[in-house]
Amino acid sequence: MSARSLAQTLSLRIGVLLAASLPVAWTSAGAGEHEAAVAKIKDAAEGWNELWREVIIDITIMGVIFALVTAYLLVKYRRRSPDQEGTPPKFNAALAVGWTVIPVFVFLSDDLFVAAKGWNLWNMYRQVPAERMEIKLESGMYSWDYVYPNGVHAQNELRVPAGKPIMLRMTSRDTIHSHFIPDFRVKEDSMPGRVTYLWFSPKEPGEHVISCAAYCGIMHSYMMGKLVIMPDQDFTKWYDGEAAKLADAKKNVALN
Amino acid sequence: MSFAQTAKEWIFTTDHKRVGILYLIGSMAAFAIAGLMAVLMRLELSHLGPTITNNPSQYNVWLYNHGAVMILGFQIPALTGFFANYCVPLMIGAKDVAFPRLNALSVWLFYAGVVVVLLGFFIPDPPDVMWTGYPPYSVMTTGNTAFYTFTVLLLGFASILGGVNFLTTVSFMRAPGVTWSKLNIFVWSILAAFALQLIFVPVLGTAVTLITFDKYLGTHFFDPSTGGDILTYQNLFWFYSHPAVYIIYMPFIGVVFEIVATFARNRVFNYNMVVFGGFGGIVLLSGEVWVHHLYVTGMPDWLRIGTMVTTLSISVPVGLTIIGLVGTLYKGAIDFRTPMLYALGVVFLFLIGGLTGIPLAVTSLTVHLAQTYYVVGHFHYVMAVAGTFAIFGGVYYFFPKMTGRMYNETVGKIGFWLTFIGVNMVFWTMMVIGVQGMPRRYYDYSHFPQFQASHELMTFGTAFIGVGFALAVVNWIMGAINGKEAGPNPWGSKSLEWTTVSPPPHGNWPEIPKVDADWHPYGYGARS
Repeated sequence: MSARSLAQTLSLRIGVLLAASLPVAWTSAGAGEHEAAVAKIKDAAEGWNELWREVIIDITIMGVIFALVTAYLLVKYRRRSPDQEGTPPKFNAALAVGWTVIPVFVFLSDDLFVAAKGWNLWNMYRQVPAERMEIKLESGMYSWDYVYPNGVHAQNELRVPAGKPIMLRMTSRDTIHSHFIPDFRVKEDSMPGRVTYLWFSPKEPGEHVISCAAYCGIMHSYMMGKLVIMPDQDFTKWYDGEAAKLADAKKNVALN
Repeated sequence: MSFAQTAKEWIFTTDHKRVGILYLIGSMAAFAIAGLMAVLMRLELSHLGPTITNNPSQYNVWLYNHGAVMILGFQIPALTGFFANYCVPLMIGAKDVAFPRLNALSVWLFYAGVVVVLLGFFIPDPPDVMWTGYPPYSVMTTGNTAFYTFTVLLLGFASILGGVNFLTTVSFMRAPGVTWSKLNIFVWSILAAFALQLIFVPVLGTAVTLITFDKYLGTHFFDPSTGGDILTYQNLFWFYSHPAVYIIYMPFIGVVFEIVATFARNRVFNYNMVVFGGFGGIVLLSGEVWVHHLYVTGMPDWLRIGTMVTTLSISVPVGLTIIGLVGTLYKGAIDFRTPMLYALGVVFLFLIGGLTGIPLAVTSLTVHLAQTYYVVGHFHYVMAVAGTFAIFGGVYYFFPKMTGRMYNETVGKIGFWLTFIGVNMVFWTMMVIGVQGMPRRYYDYSHFPQFQASHELMTFGTAFIGVGFALAVVNWIMGAINGKEAGPNPWGSKSLEWTTVSPPPHGNWPEIPKVDADWHPYGYGARS
């Protein structure tokens, strides 16, 4: 192979490499704006959607570059006669090291970039707003049993007021369950002997599915619940009504 | 020779090639059983509500058998049992492995494990604990968890014996001139995989043994009401089972390297980078990433951040192996025979599987993605399907060596395309509905009726996969009976296993092969 074509090859290689590092540089450049955007979003679910979109763009670019390079090589270097052999160019130590160190650098920088963003979002998942409502959850085969701060019990139907962050403190009385609210991008296992928690921020009134995400027993797939987000006044009416019923029941027990 | 004599000769064989073929037959039988389980599950899920069984327990038994048998009974034995046994001594120019009797014992233990799995279909209370066997369910269930424990232990011992054997064989039995820098990539991958097996299998053995102690002997290792801890099991389990992914990955990508180098008639691109950066990096990192399986169990933050970084970083050595693979095409002379199609299929499937694993490494994104069909789609792409394509491609590749005959190229290609289309229909759809919230391990998805059409599509795709794989197996059987004579080296490979006759006799070569100073298993083209 002549020196000229080696130089051409090298420049092609470097070109491919630069192209590969572009998405990293491009997304990194947007990092500053993103930080400001994250500060505005108070909601982990919105943060999740945002980061998911970014990571999908990132991996799609990498995947497409890899696939195009592979497809190009497959077409360009197909065998044209039965006895043909490959003509690998001479490979020296500098090329070997370069072809190791530069990909390592590109991959690692993308990894650390994703890790940093992921950790930001994780902090959002862990910082529960102070003005929250805390509800206790005991899961069991096969139901979700909620206890509200005023002692009201509910099973499989979690009623919450719109506009108030909700925190669940969870445990289990038998196997491992996982309280999953797909629409709020949140789940956490509940298990005996430990207390775990999750929180989410209901905004609009509406109904959402709650499902069990950890295999918990034969009827696992039927362990479902409903999240009902109510307008604030409606919730207060229901909540106080339930509390009054509970007080009546207790009074009756005491009288007897 | 009578049938009884032949059978006796095979059962008591110590020839590494026959041991390998026994592993192949056993693991293909396991693949057929576990594949049938998958078909039954897909039929059950083809419609909302109960479809082919009214009993969710029955579905869970299928699910258990599909996962446990595919991983423990098919992929690991096919890769570290069949390929390692058949190819490693031939590739390093040895007459056999270092401990042939130990090798025979390991294949017997493997068959014992498969028999325990099969017995599970005939006992009244088959195990239903998924392949993970998490307590407290595995301790509380009426299913027979001991069958799970004994399957794991028997197959674990089989692979520990294999590990001792192959590390010794490669260290001490290389033919003169076959130096460490002239080992096939596949041989390196087997060394790396067995190093991981030897380190991590005992941990899994411990975990599943303690489960059986808890259930049958009344101990309380995982019972919080008496001071035990549930998450200890999950930590022990994944401390083995995440490295297990690399125990599968490295040999299957090793097989793919052999296929790609041979059909591109080209040197392996940046050999040292692949071996030391790729496999070396994976061995170093694989034990430090398991906590990403516990992201939604309330693990402490310090464990999460470390694991997130190590998990993302493992894309570096894995990426280096893929660069080596794609670089091997550069200036090659590529021939698209059936084994090569499977190998390129692996590159494509692994690319999708690897990249879709990046979100799952991120502790915050996993809060939504964990335990959904997204995870199931991802690990089928990255490991299950990519690994199985590599195994099928590898069997096609070594078929002429094993039988001395050729398979039918047209049938092989049709089989490949059917399977390739099928897996993408099934597992791509799976990832899509997973992101939308479809939880895994569901017998019925009546609360998610919006996914009915996607489930129908997946069940339809399963038919493509089934027919494709069945065509491959039929192709091998027909080829072995009346295929054309293949000769010693039908592909024009430079690697040592192709220098002996096909099929190789006991002892492989009349004399241990001598290699020239400038010989290299990938020494194609003009070298300077």
